[in-house]
Amino acid sequence: MLHPVPHEAASGEPIVQLKHLTCGYEGATVLSDVGLGIMPGDFVGLLGPSGSGKTTLLRAILGAVSVYRGQVLVYGTPTTERRPRIGYVPQLETIDWNFPVTVEEVVLMGRTMDKPLLPWYPRRERLLAHEMMERLGIAELAKRHIRDLSGGQQQRVFLARALVSSPRLLLLDEPTTGVDIKTRDDVMHLLHDLNHQGVTIIMTTHEINAVAAHLPSVVCLNGRIVAHGSPAEVFTPETLRLTYGAEMPVIHYQGMTLVAESPHFFGRNGNPPDPPLQRGARADLRVEAVEPETVGVEARRPEEGKRV
Amino acid sequence: MFEPFQYQFFVRGLIAATVVGGLCGLIGVYIVLRRMSYIGHGLSHAVFGGAVVSYVISVNFFVGASLWGFLSAILITLTTRKRKIGADAAIGIITTASFALGIALISRYKTFTRSFDAALFGNILGVTQGDLLAIVVVAAATALILFFGYKLFLFATFDPEVARFYGVPTGWVDTVFSLVLAATIVVSMQVLGVTLIAAAIVIPPIVARLLTDSFKTMVLLSTVLGAFCGLGGIYLSYYIDVSSGASVVLVSATLFVLVLAYSSLKSQFSVSQRRAAQRVPPQAHAVPYD
Repeated sequence: MLHPVPHEAASGEPIVQLKHLTCGYEGATVLSDVGLGIMPGDFVGLLGPSGSGKTTLLRAILGAVSVYRGQVLVYGTPTTERRPRIGYVPQLETIDWNFPVTVEEVVLMGRTMDKPLLPWYPRRERLLAHEMMERLGIAELAKRHIRDLSGGQQQRVFLARALVSSPRLLLLDEPTTGVDIKTRDDVMHLLHDLNHQGVTIIMTTHEINAVAAHLPSVVCLNGRIVAHGSPAEVFTPETLRLTYGAEMPVIHYQGMTLVAESPHFFGRNGNPPDPPLQRGARADLRVEAVEPETVGVEARRPEEGKRV
Repeated sequence: MFEPFQYQFFVRGLIAATVVGGLCGLIGVYIVLRRMSYIGHGLSHAVFGGAVVSYVISVNFFVGASLWGFLSAILITLTTRKRKIGADAAIGIITTASFALGIALISRYKTFTRSFDAALFGNILGVTQGDLLAIVVVAAATALILFFGYKLFLFATFDPEVARFYGVPTGWVDTVFSLVLAATIVVSMQVLGVTLIAAAIVIPPIVARLLTDSFKTMVLLSTVLGAFCGLGGIYLSYYIDVSSGASVVLVSATLFVLVLAYSSLKSQFSVSQRRAAQRVPPQAHAVPYD
């Protein structure tokens, strides 16, 4: 599986800094009062329900949203002053797969702005693109149309486009959505390797256990930042409830932190939980959850609190 | 066979149609890939409105109509940026309004001496030396812009949003393209007519797309096919005596049908070949993985 090796993030200036950021589109606010610092070498997963502002946060870093208040600093410079050079991998489903481009043509797009008015790519840039394709194992597909590839290969093509200008910061929008399990693990391995080579990575994901739990750092979003820290720190029933608005018990089993992603998994319809999840039933299994009768802060009666 | 070439007006018309065909084929690639196929149809109507307005206020036709078309194209692009309005709807609103303005002016000022038949259906015999010069200048400028902007236009057409993240000045790319498009439509009107420009813009790139998966090849092929259809269409119109625009479009449409049939047969053939290849004895795959 993935290597969950926590590694040292370099100290010093943050590579990305959001200061009291309130932003959105066309007057509508999506994120409010967001403060976040990403250090060089970080590998951060953005978690949250649909519409929680994950993609908007990525776009804020790219300088592509309306900033209503606060500031976004990338490499120490406000994005309003200069658009930063960042590798960006869009969601695969936003790609026009019928567009007539080959793998090589897509990868070379990553170097469009080096000599923007030269109609062809210099030899050096084509070599760089081939090196990158070689590294990602798609070199032999260079002349193929982008539709004639597997999901994992397609992901690599757009990763290669993002990496071909050797950015220090890489943003990915749901790189593991809509791909099979093997591809997902391949992609995550690749990202971990890149991270170990010094690339700072920020990615959004919907997969809590399969992806986010293996990342060194996780940010929970829901229109604002709910929590930021290691999965072990962040994955608590309280944080998950604030993020997703649903009860999600957290299971600690042999050093792993697992989140029961379906709220019905634990105590269906208010019934007692199934025997294997009984608290304290096994020494190596620990379940953290809000008691079924105390679900919701508002519903908690004061005398119950006193009894405890 | 060479009989028509002894007439100077015919040779001039033939050159004009060939260049216009190639020009429409070239910019058509970018239009079709942006899924804005109807912008040609719409803008040619908008430009008709502009032509009438420039006649009424006695401004040079090329300048007035181009400016009008450019403004319409910019308005369409700006309207499309509002997330609630799709490109098709934006084209529908802005260009029909512009066309209606032209019609309203025509009916208001009944003193028109100029025939707008040529503008509507194309009249190759009416191509003057000046028209030909305008066509060649616009074609050369467009070719230069799309040549030097090749990388920018490719990225901005493939994925405008991500192109912006990569630093491509997509606003400029859109503006320059609107200008080129408006100029193309204005110079093509005389040859193809308002109502038939859309086909000259859409058919060659679609035919080219059926034949290739590479962007560069598609651009070159579409230009060549467009020029060929312009040439063939005008040449044919001499013998069958039909309007030049209709003739060019009918030649392109025939080409489209032929290529569509060819590519369908080809994909049928490759599917049956693949099926045949899959019919291998089962033991060939029975090697255990470990």
